[in-house]
Parts: sequence; structure tokens; C-alpha cells
Amino acid sequence: MALLEDQNEARGSSAGPLLRVRGLKRYFDVSPPLLNRLFEGGKEQIVKAVDGVSFDIKRGETFALVGESGCGKSTVARLIVGLYDPTAGSIEFGGTDLAKIKRRRDISATRGRMQMIFQDPFASLNPRWRVAAIVAEPIRYRQLLNGRAAITERVNELLTQVGLSPSDAEKYPHEFSGGQRQRISIARALAGNPEFLVCDEPTSALDVSVQAQILNLMKELQTNLGLTYLFISHDLAVVYHISTEVGVMYLGRLCEWAETKALFSNPRHPYTRLLLDTIPDLEMTGRERLPVAGEVPSPINPPSGCAFHPRCPHANERCQRERPELKTAGGARVACHAVEEGRIPAS
Amino acid sequence: MTVEFPTRKGTLIAVDDVSFDLQPGEILGVVGESGAGKSMTGYAIIGLLDRPGRIAGGRIELDGERIDNLPPEKMRRFRGRRIGAIFQDPLTSLNPLLRISDQIIETIRTHMDMDERQARARTLELLNEVGIPAAAERMDEYPHQFSGGMRQRIVIALALAANPQLIIADEPTTALDVSIQAQIIRLLKRLCKDHDTAIMLITHDMGVIAEAADRVAVMYAGRIVELGPVRDVIKDAKHPYTKGLMDSIPAIGQDVRVLAQIKGAMPRLNAIPPGCSFNPRCPQAMDRCRVERPELITQGASAVACWLFAEEEAGVGVA
Repeated sequence: MALLEDQNEARGSSAGPLLRVRGLKRYFDVSPPLLNRLFEGGKEQIVKAVDGVSFDIKRGETFALVGESGCGKSTVARLIVGLYDPTAGSIEFGGTDLAKIKRRRDISATRGRMQMIFQDPFASLNPRWRVAAIVAEPIRYRQLLNGRAAITERVNELLTQVGLSPSDAEKYPHEFSGGQRQRISIARALAGNPEFLVCDEPTSALDVSVQAQILNLMKELQTNLGLTYLFISHDLAVVYHISTEVGVMYLGRLCEWAETKALFSNPRHPYTRLLLDTIPDLEMTGRERLPVAGEVPSPINPPSGCAFHPRCPHANERCQRERPELKTAGGARVACHAVEEGRIPAS
Repeated sequence: MTVEFPTRKGTLIAVDDVSFDLQPGEILGVVGESGAGKSMTGYAIIGLLDRPGRIAGGRIELDGERIDNLPPEKMRRFRGRRIGAIFQDPLTSLNPLLRISDQIIETIRTHMDMDERQARARTLELLNEVGIPAAAERMDEYPHQFSGGMRQRIVIALALAANPQLIIADEPTTALDVSIQAQIIRLLKRLCKDHDTAIMLITHDMGVIAEAADRVAVMYAGRIVELGPVRDVIKDAKHPYTKGLMDSIPAIGQDVRVLAQIKGAMPRLNAIPPGCSFNPRCPQAMDRCRVERPELITQGASAVACWLFAEEEAGVGVA
């Protein structure tokens, strides 16, 4: 039996999820300096930016992380691509634990299979490099191709793939609009032939008509190249459009993880319901947005028990005391005592 | 009204012959993509155009009085007293070194005849009105001690300090989270009703417009292309640009594999095409669109700047 499981693990690269995150934590120390603490009696302060997050991303699908600012969604993205080291927990990519790869060459090879696209296309491209150099950098760094002609040909192919023209290769980033720059970022991310793209708010800095172009491009590339996406966003309409599964984060923890359709038609966690209720109503049904009491509390000093309890209409004494874990509830995974006890009427 | 930016490479026209009016107690939404000229229009009205920008033509009247040609000193008194402003980033519109009470008291005393004690009482009243909890205790704190949503409330209190007739709100909710955004919109709507203040709400977010505005003006490349009651514009957009814009917004519950997209991008200010500036991207462009510029044409309760509507009505220019 154990042997069978081992075999499955070994083949996991094709059958199991592409990315498996378990109990991921990242703490930041924001204490005042040691001497100040000694003389002024300040206390050690730890921000639990990500505090025990687990999810899977299936091959070829799009997993979206949503939540308000400061909930830790971007930290999760940075942990996955290795810009931060996790405080605890594991990240398995294609069946291998990223923390257990020791040889430098292997690390580089695995990391090359994932790339990141950032929010601000004005800050993420070097203004003094030509587009050709920006897009070719991953190819040169990993020595994927040799010879100037081969690289130029590949760069041209990439630019065409993202809807730019090969003649754009000789230009500088400032000659492009925000949407076109985001296309350059995507071309650069694709240059290393990745399987997995981490997109941190890729369309938040763009106008809606340009956002539509980029979202269409991302979907098209996903179909053509079989890419898997982790898509970070605070815009629920965009998330509905692009993702297959959604994880909702609140103060460093996942409070609900479900298939996109199920989450939007039947949100279970009170926070998910709150988020859905606050979407501006474009259909002009005259529905008043639910006024939400309060704001996201400070992550330095999160509330006890369930972090959402001070804003939750269903909170009781147990919610103040005991932190809920993510549990399966009718197809979705929800971290809520009230859902578990059946205290919330279905909407 | 026209706003120009003379530059070394020639004059750029950022706002080109834009006309609209605002009633007391009305919220006019101004939408458009970056570079459409919506913020420029707002800045021109409060007289805060950055040099070398200047108003090159047209007039701005407030309550029957012409304000675009006032000398700077007079305009400075006018601003704040009769026109308030709310900007996108609450952190940059507050002085980080001053207590919020001092900032509001200063504004009140600049514009109204009040002594320190009266001004302080009014400050407390304002902070309570915009919904700062425990305002009496918190009014002597500094801006960094408040969250983003609370700071935006303080900026709104500051804009209201002298009871202005008009508030220019430039992307007031863009920097905020959705749940806080809902609170701020609610607050703006309530204040608009209670004080009979007119609000010009500048934003790129159609959702915010749909919820807050009474009428909406859609801007493209420095011109208003459609102006009308918010329901008409959103539910039944007439101008091809407005239609494209509405279709490109992903909607929850709507399963489309590919979002409708407007091809191309908005022209740069130095390369605005002749005729209708939208013609190179317009799916319904005709020969006339490439040579002749359309003016606003009345269509029911709305007005549209598009030749598609020219035949039906005898071309009653509103501009």
C-alpha cells in the first residue's frame, strides 16, 4: 500500500496538483530595535502576514486569491516564487518540496518553471533597457538559447504571441502605454517557458478596456500553452471571469476555498458574503450595498479566536475564543464555527 | 471650456470644448480612462491647473458668477469657501505634521468668521458628521494614526469645513478597499442631500458611478462623448465608446469566454485623429466620422456626440 502511494507520489507530477501549499506561514518582526526595547520597555511585535494557509492549484487551472489590502495575498505570491522564505509550512511544486531542493542548479531549474507578473508595469520594467533586452534576459540568464539570431527570433515570437510587433523590440518601455507594458511583462515571463505564472494584481493599474485586452490575452495563452495561474486580485468581477477556484483571505488566513461558480452563487463564510455584498451594482437594480461595520483590524494585534468575529453578524462566544480551521462543507472548504454548527441560514 | 498645455513640441489640448452644468444637490459622475481629461476638467474648475496648463477658452460660472478669470488671490479665497476638493490619496492631502483638529480649524478660520472655540466646536461637529468614531478623543491625533478609510473621511470633513456649494471629488474611493468604498459612497450621497451640495465625482470606476451619480458624463480624448442620466447611460449606452466600455467590464454571473474589447488604445494628446477622435477604434465608423467632428446631439434624456444619431434629430447642438 505504501509502495503504491509512493508510486503515485512519483507520478504526482502529472496526476496531482501542480502546486500544493500546506500550513504556509510567514511572520515579520516589526519590533522596535533591541536597545529601545531594553530602555523604553517596548515589546516584541510580530506581524503574522500569512498564518497557516493551505491550498492546491490544479494543472492548467487558475486559482484566485482575493481579499482586502493587508490580508496577506501578495505575501503568499512572494513566498511561492521564493522572494520570501516561509517561516513554516511547505510549498510543493510538481510533487517536489521547494524547501528540500538543495543543489543550486536544481533550485534554478525549478524556479525557472514559475514566473511572476507584477501589478505596476511602470515599475517592473527597467526604463534604460530596450524591450528586446528585457524580454531576452531570462533566456540569456538561463542560457536557454545560444546565438544572437536564435534569441532574436525567440524574442520576436514572444512579442507576437502577446500581441505586440517584432519592431517594438528596439523601443524603450516609456514608449508604451500601461497595457502594452503589461504585455511586455507577460512576454518576459513567458521567455523562460514556465508552466506556472504568479500574477499579482496584473490588471489593477490598467483601465477597464485595456484590462479586458489583458485578461483575454491571459486566457488565450493559458489555452495555447497549458499554463497554470495563481491570480491575486481584489476585484471580484475579474476573479469570477478568470478563475476556476477561489481562495478568500482575511488577516493572513484562508476563510473559504471553493470552486468559482459555487463561491459566487453560494458563498458560505460570512466574510465572503460581506465581500460579495459590497460589489458595486452595475445592473442598477437599486439594491443598497450592505453597509459594513468596521474595518480590517491591524495584523499586529489580530482579534482572538476567529479574526473576523468583531465584524461578523453571526459571532458568538465560541468564535471569540476558538480559531476555526478550514473544514469541508458541501463542496467548499470553510473556516467558520457558525457554518459548521449550521447557525447561518442559506442565502 | 478648453484647457491647453503649451509645450515645446506644440500645444496639447487636454480638455477640448467641454460643456456641462450641475444642479445643487446633484452628483455628476465624470468617467473615462486615464488621459481622457476628466481630472483636468476638475482641476480647471478649482483653478489648480499645473503650469503651463491654462484655460484657453470658455467660461466657468458658479451660482451665476464667472470664476475662471478671477485673480489668483481671489481664487484662493474662493477655493475652500465655495468649492471643496477631495483627492484620491488621503495621505497626501493631509499634512502629516499637524493634528487633524488643527488642520480643520485652520481651514474653518481662513474661510469663516469664527474664533478658536467656535471653530473647534464646528470641527467636532464635522468629524461626527463624517462618521469618525470617538471624534472628541481622536480629533487631536495625527493623520498616520488613522486608517485609510478614516483619513478619507477626514479629507471629506475638511472639504465640507466652509459649507461649499460644490465639491470636486477626484477618484475619492480608488485607494480604498471595496467594503470601505461602500461606506464612503454612502457618506458622500448623504452629505450631498443634507447640504444641497453639488458634487462632481471623477472616477474611472463605472460601479461607483452606477451607485452614486445622478447624471454621468463620459469623456474620451478630452471631449464629452455622452452625457445623460446614469441609468440611461449604463443600461442603454448610445455612443459606441460607452458601449465598448460597458461591455469590457467583466460581470459576475455572466459567463463569457472572451471579454469584448475595444481594439487599440486612446490616442495621445499630440496625435488626436481628425473628425471624431474615436473613429479609428470605432466599429461603426463612417466616412463622415473621419473628417467632421460631431457635437453633442440630444437623444431622449441624454446627449451623444456621434454621427450615428445625426439623421434622426435635426442636429440640435448642446455644446
